[in-house]
Amino acid sequence: MNVPNDYLLALSAVLFALGIVGVLVRRNAIVVFMSIELMLNAANLALISFARESQDLIGQVFVFFIIAVAAAEVAVGLALIVAIFKTKHSIDIDQVSGLRG
Amino acid sequence: MTTDTWIFLGLAVIAIASAVSMLLSRNAIYSALFLVLNFVAVAVLYLLLHAAFIALVQVTVYAGAIMVLFLFVIMLLGAERVGAERTLKWQQPAAVILGVFLLVEMVYVFFVGVESEPAPAAILGRMFGSPPAVGMLLFSDYLLPFEVTSVLLLAAMVGAIVLTREERGEKAAP
Repeated sequence: MNVPNDYLLALSAVLFALGIVGVLVRRNAIVVFMSIELMLNAANLALISFARESQDLIGQVFVFFIIAVAAAEVAVGLALIVAIFKTKHSIDIDQVSGLRG
Repeated sequence: MTTDTWIFLGLAVIAIASAVSMLLSRNAIYSALFLVLNFVAVAVLYLLLHAAFIALVQVTVYAGAIMVLFLFVIMLLGAERVGAERTLKWQQPAAVILGVFLLVEMVYVFFVGVESEPAPAAILGRMFGSPPAVGMLLFSDYLLPFEVTSVLLLAAMVGAIVLTREERGEKAAP
């Protein structure tokens, strides 16, 4: 696809900003978490477009590692959400304001 | 405008619209499904950007495994909706303003700081980004990070099991 890199970076920036807004606006912890995934995805898109521009596969290898780390992060994060739900019976992030369980 | 630009615009509109819908959906399950749509649109974009291997990893790991995990947890907790009351009134407009500010800044940095010329698509070989090419790189130059990733996944698995198991002596919740 012969598209200027600027377009791809602009799309990546828009998706990243939407992810930030999601983290700040939503209070459902799971949706906040999904917004974080959206931001990771935007960063991956930027890396892929840079890899194409510089004709270097290292960018794609980096994206592969980011996806693997994201999978690990999701497993631990969702386990934390389940543990919080067990004690608080809510996943509203405004409810999770104390350090004690 | 070339055909490539139109294809890109279509995919970009799908990706942005699904991301906005994800943010606006009241029901967390709809949010998850919109996020799947977003991931698939970006995966198609990867495919067109000479990153076939990453596109398939994106579909299987992100759109497949991770989102199934999300949907499973949403349905397990029955947490589709969270109450509408809000403790901080100014938080929502402030978040939107800051997000727009961040977007403007990022676009400015990208367009002013990066000197990019039209993509040299013809120079890229057919094998660029193909599974054999990425695999060769992963198992030669990046073998150690690759193995460390497997240890990380193992640690995450153990962590998830430890965090969600029942405490010893505690009765399972009905």
